[in-house]
Amino acid sequence: MILHSERGPLAGRRTSSAVAATASASERKLALWNIGFAYTAFLIGTLCGLIQVFMRNEMIELPAWLDYYQVLTVHGVTLALVYTTFFIYAFLITGMSRSLGSFGPKVARWSWIGFFVAAAGTVWATIEILSGRASVLYTFYAPLKASGWFYVSLALLIIGTWIISFALIAHYVKWRKANPGVLSPLFAFMTISTLAMWIIACLGVVAAVVFMYIPWAFGWVDTINVELSRTLFWFFGHPLVYFWLLPAYMAWYLVVPKLLGTKVFSDSLARLSFLLFILFSIPVGLHHQLTEPGVADFWKFLQVTLTFMVVIPTLMTAFSLFATFEISGRQKGAKGLFGWVGKLPWNDIRFTSLFISMVFFIPGGAGGIINTSFQLNELVHNTLWVVGHFHITVGTPVAMTFMGISFWLIPYLTGRTLTKTTKNLAFVQIISWSVGMLFMSTAQHVLGLLGAPRRTQHSNYSDHPTVLGWFDGFFSNTSTLALGGIILFFSAMLLMVIVFRLWLIEPRSEKGDLYAEFPIAESDASATPRWLENWWIWIGIAVALILLAYTFPITHMIQDAPPGSKGFINW
Amino acid sequence: MKNKKNPHEADLRGTLISVLTVGILIAVMWFAVYAMYVAL
Amino acid sequence: MHLHKFEKIWLIFGIAMLAVFLGIVGVQAFTQGQTPAGGMKKIDPEKVDVTAPFDDPGVHQIDDDTYEVVIKAMAYGYEPSEIKVPAGKEIIFKVTSKDVIHSFTIPNTKVNMMVVPGQINEKRYTFNEPGTFLILCNEYCGTGHHFMHTEIEVVEE
Repeated sequence: MILHSERGPLAGRRTSSAVAATASASERKLALWNIGFAYTAFLIGTLCGLIQVFMRNEMIELPAWLDYYQVLTVHGVTLALVYTTFFIYAFLITGMSRSLGSFGPKVARWSWIGFFVAAAGTVWATIEILSGRASVLYTFYAPLKASGWFYVSLALLIIGTWIISFALIAHYVKWRKANPGVLSPLFAFMTISTLAMWIIACLGVVAAVVFMYIPWAFGWVDTINVELSRTLFWFFGHPLVYFWLLPAYMAWYLVVPKLLGTKVFSDSLARLSFLLFILFSIPVGLHHQLTEPGVADFWKFLQVTLTFMVVIPTLMTAFSLFATFEISGRQKGAKGLFGWVGKLPWNDIRFTSLFISMVFFIPGGAGGIINTSFQLNELVHNTLWVVGHFHITVGTPVAMTFMGISFWLIPYLTGRTLTKTTKNLAFVQIISWSVGMLFMSTAQHVLGLLGAPRRTQHSNYSDHPTVLGWFDGFFSNTSTLALGGIILFFSAMLLMVIVFRLWLIEPRSEKGDLYAEFPIAESDASATPRWLENWWIWIGIAVALILLAYTFPITHMIQDAPPGSKGFINW
Repeated sequence: MKNKKNPHEADLRGTLISVLTVGILIAVMWFAVYAMYVAL
Repeated sequence: MHLHKFEKIWLIFGIAMLAVFLGIVGVQAFTQGQTPAGGMKKIDPEKVDVTAPFDDPGVHQIDDDTYEVVIKAMAYGYEPSEIKVPAGKEIIFKVTSKDVIHSFTIPNTKVNMMVVPGQINEKRYTFNEPGTFLILCNEYCGTGHHFMHTEIEVVEE
């Protein structure tokens, strides 16, 4: 069943251009299963989003067995956790197979096992939520208590991702052993960075779920340490968003220059930025807990400072991307300061979708800096601003990059092509998503600044005048949010049509068909220092930073803990 | 193209102006929200 | 690792910008006492009703210019539900929860506090103008979450 690549790994020294031309049949099937699972979640999640829009505007009522917060929980879990995670693994599996060669039988077997474990956990968690045993939202803050099996299912999801991650790492280690002294291809390097960060980050949530939530939910212990459980959650919760973002960055660093017909701007800086994400994306979770007691101001501010550090690799990325645009444009003969803008391949949906993703990340990133600015967080914490923020971070830069990847990854995996009709549909889809998101997220940001809460079913709060301000004006209006949501749902359904066509309907691709390729740009690693790929240095510094940022606050929470909380089922 | 050989010597004036514009946008957003916070 | 001259300019600009942001909030927070809500005091969440100061919730005058407002949060309300404070005086809000996590949030003010069982959260705030302000819970606490609100009346001195 498993095809071994005829081609050996890269022979030449110290370069990292792509090797094997295609992924083998086994990896294709595995990646397609991941994508299929991801888009099933996407369908359910966006439908839940539409239901929320209607409910917040009192346009529909749900049947008695379903409430707003169940719908909200499913929306968050399916889109933020499931769509992203499974799509990411599809992308990483395909790219690792393409750049390091086909998987051996063990790697292939464990990748499948990981997929099924993660998928089983996801399906089980969804059943627990829909049957009303886990209306705790995807952050599952204690002492709201879901059924013990809900936490077990979450643990399975995480364990599944670990299994796939270690399978991919094993594939990489084998390549390194076969190519001593050679820097790995940039795609593989970035994959390993992302997975290293993910594995370390998950330790927090696994510790909380296994040692705190599960014994408590099954009644083996009576109470839970609430503040500790929150802190362990956010140890995981912030790097989680970088786990979504980094694969999008991989596409921006590696796919975009290929589409522009140029090389990666700087191999060493690309690698360095990913390493900085390993260092600074984890010891920052307290910036989600700035307005709560139990953590001294000093430690909050220290983690705020570290959060500011994690902006730096994004500044580097912004420069690399613009430089890639400008260099490619000038190679094509662009003149003047901004002549290169006109040389960008705007009619190539694979590029345009990624470009729009990047544009959305500008206000997205700026909003993130505001959120973490210590006391400024009081203005926006748990308001609709935050909802707007992650819809223009994970909901557009990440999700739209994954859509843009889908337009060629699915044809690449199914051996079909992207016809003109589907390409036009894809343009309509991307543009409608952008327009819908512009309306929805702008309204969310503005309403948040006016104090409208997040995660809340519609409420008029006894007609208090403050609430009237949430229905007045254009962007400061819940109806504008709804309008955006409806456009987004239309776009999401169009995407489902496109995915369906690419999977089953489009004609088989012919040789040399650009849309049926996996575009990875060349990256000149000849000037890249070798110590960048000494993982133990970077993981060592990451651990040191985590110990610096977390040892004292967590020790305090354990040693000086108040009496714990028993569970509450408020639904 | 001489730029192709070494991107570090490339003409990146447009890039510099673009990123600085992004930086200024970020600063404007930040100070706007900061002003709102201080006014509360 | 060679950096293009413009990239150096950009990184210096960007890092300086971040340092300015951090400097402004840091100085304002630690020299003017504008830190976000917080506190290191703890409490037994089962015994909130019999533990000071929550055995006597409500508004207490501490001195000429300072008032203390002690609030208990629970699904889905606050105790006491009627709060009246003077404008122009410093109000110290002290909140805790009798059950799950809530928030004590007054839109259009700097008061936006997480209410965590087992912990006492504190925030100092001075209302400049009189008026009736909305108080709401912005952390999901159960099916009645969106009903959880009350008002605070700020009166002329």
